[in-house]
Amino acid sequence: MNVPLNYLLALSGVLFAIGVVGVLVRRNAIVIFMSIELMLNSANLAFIAFARSFAPAAEALRGHVLVFFVIAVAAAEVAVGLALIVVIFRTKKSIDVDQVSSLKG
Amino acid sequence: MLSSEIVGGSGLFSIAPLIIAFPILGLLINLIFGRRSNERFVGIVASSAIGLAFVVAVTQFVALLGQPEGVSVHVADWITIADFSVPWSLKVDTLSATMMLMVTGVSTLIHIYAIGYMHDDVRFQGDPGRFTRFFIFFNLFVAAMMILVTANNFLMMFVGWEGVGLCSYLLIGFWYEKGADGIGNAVAGKKAFVTNRIGDFGFLIAMFLIFGAVGSLQFDEVFHWAHEHGLANEGVITAITLFLLLGATGKSAQIPLYVWLPDAMAGPTPVSALIHAATMVTAGIYMIARNQALFAVSEFSSSLVAIVGGATALFAATIAVAQFDIKKVLAYSTISQLGFMLAAVGIGAQVASMFHLVTHAFFKALLFLSAGSVILGIEHGHHHLEHDSHGGDEPFDPNDMRNMGGLRSRMKTTFWVYLIGALALSGVPPFAGFFSKDEILADAVQENTLVYILLAVAAFFTAFYMGRQILMVFFGAARSEAAEHAPENPPLITIPLSLLAFGAVIGGALNLPGLHSLTDWIEHTLHVHVSEFNLQVAAISTGLALLAIGLAWLIYGRKPLTRGQADPLRKWLGPIFVGMENKWWVDEIYNAIIIRPYIALAAFLADVVDWRFWHDWFHDTVLARSFRLGTQWLSSGFDAHVIDGAVNGLGSLTKGAAARLRLVQTGYVRNYALALFVGVLLILSYFLFV
Amino acid sequence: MNVDLILFIGIGLVAVISAISMLASQNAIYSALFLVINFITIATLFLLMNAAFIAMVQITVYAGAIMVLFLFVIMLLGAERLQPTGSMPWQLPVAVLLGVVLIAEVVFALFHDASNAAQGLSGNVTQGFGSPTSIGLILFDQYLVPFEITSILLLVGMIGAIVITRGRGKENR
Repeated sequence: MNVPLNYLLALSGVLFAIGVVGVLVRRNAIVIFMSIELMLNSANLAFIAFARSFAPAAEALRGHVLVFFVIAVAAAEVAVGLALIVVIFRTKKSIDVDQVSSLKG
Repeated sequence: MLSSEIVGGSGLFSIAPLIIAFPILGLLINLIFGRRSNERFVGIVASSAIGLAFVVAVTQFVALLGQPEGVSVHVADWITIADFSVPWSLKVDTLSATMMLMVTGVSTLIHIYAIGYMHDDVRFQGDPGRFTRFFIFFNLFVAAMMILVTANNFLMMFVGWEGVGLCSYLLIGFWYEKGADGIGNAVAGKKAFVTNRIGDFGFLIAMFLIFGAVGSLQFDEVFHWAHEHGLANEGVITAITLFLLLGATGKSAQIPLYVWLPDAMAGPTPVSALIHAATMVTAGIYMIARNQALFAVSEFSSSLVAIVGGATALFAATIAVAQFDIKKVLAYSTISQLGFMLAAVGIGAQVASMFHLVTHAFFKALLFLSAGSVILGIEHGHHHLEHDSHGGDEPFDPNDMRNMGGLRSRMKTTFWVYLIGALALSGVPPFAGFFSKDEILADAVQENTLVYILLAVAAFFTAFYMGRQILMVFFGAARSEAAEHAPENPPLITIPLSLLAFGAVIGGALNLPGLHSLTDWIEHTLHVHVSEFNLQVAAISTGLALLAIGLAWLIYGRKPLTRGQADPLRKWLGPIFVGMENKWWVDEIYNAIIIRPYIALAAFLADVVDWRFWHDWFHDTVLARSFRLGTQWLSSGFDAHVIDGAVNGLGSLTKGAAARLRLVQTGYVRNYALALFVGVLLILSYFLFV
Repeated sequence: MNVDLILFIGIGLVAVISAISMLASQNAIYSALFLVINFITIATLFLLMNAAFIAMVQITVYAGAIMVLFLFVIMLLGAERLQPTGSMPWQLPVAVLLGVVLIAEVVFALFHDASNAAQGLSGNVTQGFGSPTSIGLILFDQYLVPFEITSILLLVGMIGAIVITRGRGKENR
């Protein structure tokens, strides 16, 4: 694809910003989690774009490998995080993060 | 012909300070050991101390024979401020040696006499434990008198001046719980001290003026200055000499400050003999003689001195005529004779004055001691009576001559020595008093006729009252039972009397008209003139004396007074006699004009000014209240509000800040995430734009 | 303006819109589904950039497994909707503003220096670029240790998820 690298990186940045706003705005814990996944995804996009831009160098595939690991770790993280949300739900009967404010000073 | 100053002594002169040290040593020994020892020890120590001082005086005399100009013996530095120096220095010259010899000689005899006299007196008064104290005071007196006599500067002389005044006070009030109303003796002591103080005030002012004019207080420097600049500063010197005269009238009991001397007879007889006849009262005369250089400049002061002396001589003699207390007669006689001496220095006859001073010391001490002997005899007689008979209840005054009479047969030695003393005092040749008094009269005739007249009339009265006294005491029949039983006194009393009588007889040899040995002696220190023997004056004075004695015999001798009979003079002189008997009411006048207003002023100052104004109003009301208000404001107004406010304010500030900052911890995860994000943006912008 | 660019813009738009929709949707199920769309668009971009293996992994793991897990949990908890509360109304505008600032900064960082603006992804690729073979060759050769560690990590995550949700034995329903 013969698109300037910066455009891809700009797209990545926009997606990242949307993910951040999502973390800040939504109160649903699962939606916040999904926004975090969006952020991770935008990072993956950036990596693949860079990897493509370095082709045909042999090191170019490093980006792919890194993305591979990121996806694997994201999977593990989602599993644990959702388990936590389930446990919290059992106590709080709600997944509204505004309810988790016992540290209120 | 003034003595040159040789700082530091040589040979015999260097032991001169011992003349002060020996009496002090004596009093210290008696002070420390006197309580535990007996009367004999105390008496011997005290008398020996003075005896040794007499020996030292003799050595100084001998030393001066070889070096008549005299020396200054420096003992220690006292005050040294820049150029002003007042040392402890002894001025040993012919004038001070005369005084040294006379004072220590008479003092030794009187100390020995006092051993026997006080032995009886402390038992008569009822406090045998006070014997030691008497001799301590007595030695202290001689020490102070020596300081006065040997001083080489005004300040040291003043130390001795005050010292003898103190001892006089202590000894007059020796029996402080006795006397009229139980405090009479103490009151007499106080009167002496206060009157002396007025004289001392004069002496002090004179010292200040001298220091202001000359810049030094040492005799030699002051007299040198008077010599050089005297005529230019006559006003200042007149002021100085007038104040010195005031001091002399206080110490030597002249008009107007003589009133303490008669009351001082309340002290024991040895005290009267030593202090108030022979030594302390002569200090004023000595001081004026010493300051001849100053008085010579001021004509006015010299004439005033002579007038005061002459007037006092006559005034006191008139009072003595009508006194009945044996010692009061002698007291007024002393005042009168001091007037003679003062008049003599006033007219410039210093030698005659010193001559009379020495002879008077002998026969007046003799007369006082003999009077003491008479009183002792009367007391013994009275005591004897008390034991035997029923005893009358009237208070018995052993001093009253009306209770005496006929003692010639019972107290022989006393009678003879008393007679010698009386003749000497009256100026009958060839006794000592004739020569000395005659020399004064001879000089007075030449210098100041008014003074001569005053002194001659006083001499007439002197002979009269002495004759009266002898006749009343020793002749006729005894007028009381005590007099009938009065015994003679033991040798401890009579031997000193005899020695003094001997001195009264031959004392005239000191300055016989042809030999004038004293004149030559004093000439080394003062300006003197040799007084010629004036046969006319001598004849007149002898005639006056014999006339007066004859008159006395006519009144009191031909028909001796019987018991209870009134004095014949009362009838003849009437109100004049009453006036003489009441001392011309001088004490009462002083009391009304001076003492009562003074006490009223003092009471006013104490009660109103000091107590009610200062203490009650100013102190309590103004100061205390304002202080209390001030501290209240400080504690509640300032401390509570400002200080506490600052401290508490700090605390509440912290609390407020903490309360506000606490709100940042909302507990919401999203807020924390927002904070994180803001931080990220800031860092990002920092890297991009900075 | 070539075909690639138009294609990219279209796919990009879809991705951004689906992301915003995920954000804005009140229903969690809808958000999850929008996210799936987003993931598929990203996978398409991967494919266009010759990252075939990664694109497949993305669809398989991310869109297939992770999103399904999300849907499971949403339906398990019944948490598709939340009661609206009025707390912190200022959070939304501030967050949006900050997001815009971030986008602006990123754009600025990327485009302010005009020198590398025209650099494109025009390099030639070899035949097997991005294929499983080539990635596997590197993965099991150079990056073997991280690979093994990642496997342990996955094991830990698995066990952890079970342990956390298991709670205490007695309190388990």
